[in-house]
Amino acid sequence: MRYIDLHAHMISRTTDDYHKMALTGCVAVTEPAFWSGRDRLGAQAFADYFDHITTFEPARAAQYGVAHYAWLCLNPKEGEDRELARQVLALIPEFLSRPTVLGIGEIGLNRVTRNELATFLDHVELALEHDQMIHIHTPHLEDKYKGTRVIVETLAKDGRIDPARVMVDHAEEHTVEMILDHGFWTGFTLYPRTKASPARAVDMIEMYGPERLCVASACDWGPSDALAVPEFVLEMRRRGHDEALIYRVVLHNPASFLGQSPKFVRPDAPRERVAAD
Amino acid sequence: MATHAGTCPLSQTRLLDDSFMEHRAQVLAVAAFLDRLDRSRDQDAGGDFRLTALREALHVLTESEGGRVGRVQMLLSDRDVRLLEERDRQNALGASGRAHDLQDGGEG
Repeated sequence: MRYIDLHAHMISRTTDDYHKMALTGCVAVTEPAFWSGRDRLGAQAFADYFDHITTFEPARAAQYGVAHYAWLCLNPKEGEDRELARQVLALIPEFLSRPTVLGIGEIGLNRVTRNELATFLDHVELALEHDQMIHIHTPHLEDKYKGTRVIVETLAKDGRIDPARVMVDHAEEHTVEMILDHGFWTGFTLYPRTKASPARAVDMIEMYGPERLCVASACDWGPSDALAVPEFVLEMRRRGHDEALIYRVVLHNPASFLGQSPKFVRPDAPRERVAAD
Repeated sequence: MATHAGTCPLSQTRLLDDSFMEHRAQVLAVAAFLDRLDRSRDQDAGGDFRLTALREALHVLTESEGGRVGRVQMLLSDRDVRLLEERDRQNALGASGRAHDLQDGGEG
């Protein structure tokens, strides 16, 4: 089955992963800017990073027929450093016009501090100023509930934010309802140990339905699986769900969200979209 | 009474046929982990918030009411939504030492 991996940190994966993803039906990936596993030495490192994920990665993906798009930001793990944030935010506008940049992301919170929230809000302002879509990282593990609440409630108070253009990612059982209730898109990221397993993602789709829901591998440099979306497809089939529902979650929904950017070329034909709706 | 009753298309017997062995192994892994903690040479984690949270989570698993995963998630969460004044560390630990001080509903 064709699918879109809406959240994949391909900079930290091998070319073999592009090959395997293409073999299993992946037609497009979107790569949010993230933490590299260590704090960068300065703002110029981000310029290099943004250039990498808007030139080298699209070219590498294209060899396997996979479209590659990017989101740009200073990630939440480094958001505590307000001076670095100011410098990186000043760099971003020159990259926004690149043909594969879809918006600002993955912004959000990590330990849910005052500085992290200020950096998050600076990114939101940048997105609004440049009419960009937003991709949001919600915190890990014990910080997820509080971080998601702060993010959702902060954005909900801002009348300038259209929740239909915002993806609040990394949802789990205790956060999915609050995200959907506020009109945002959300995603289940499929990890071996943290976040959501394919089985738990299927559980949540059974309980909450497929509206404004996507799944992604969020594969990166840690324990993760570039083929997590096909694993999800397999689990959906094992549960007896029909192909139309699976198609909706892995292709139609991400295409509908991403298709709000004029730069995103939808891989689903107009006739398929009508059938999925 | 299960939460979201009827939303899983498979029968209980089919779910057991497909997944009992996987979850049997996971239960044994938790049991062995707890035994390993008991056998540890240094008994130094009696008040560790992670172990406390894990033991509380195991109680939730034996409850008859559905929605167990959501309740376990909340047991493992920091429920104090006030912002930290400054970052204390960069990584998450999987359970919150602060959560157990807020069991009476204190969410800031």
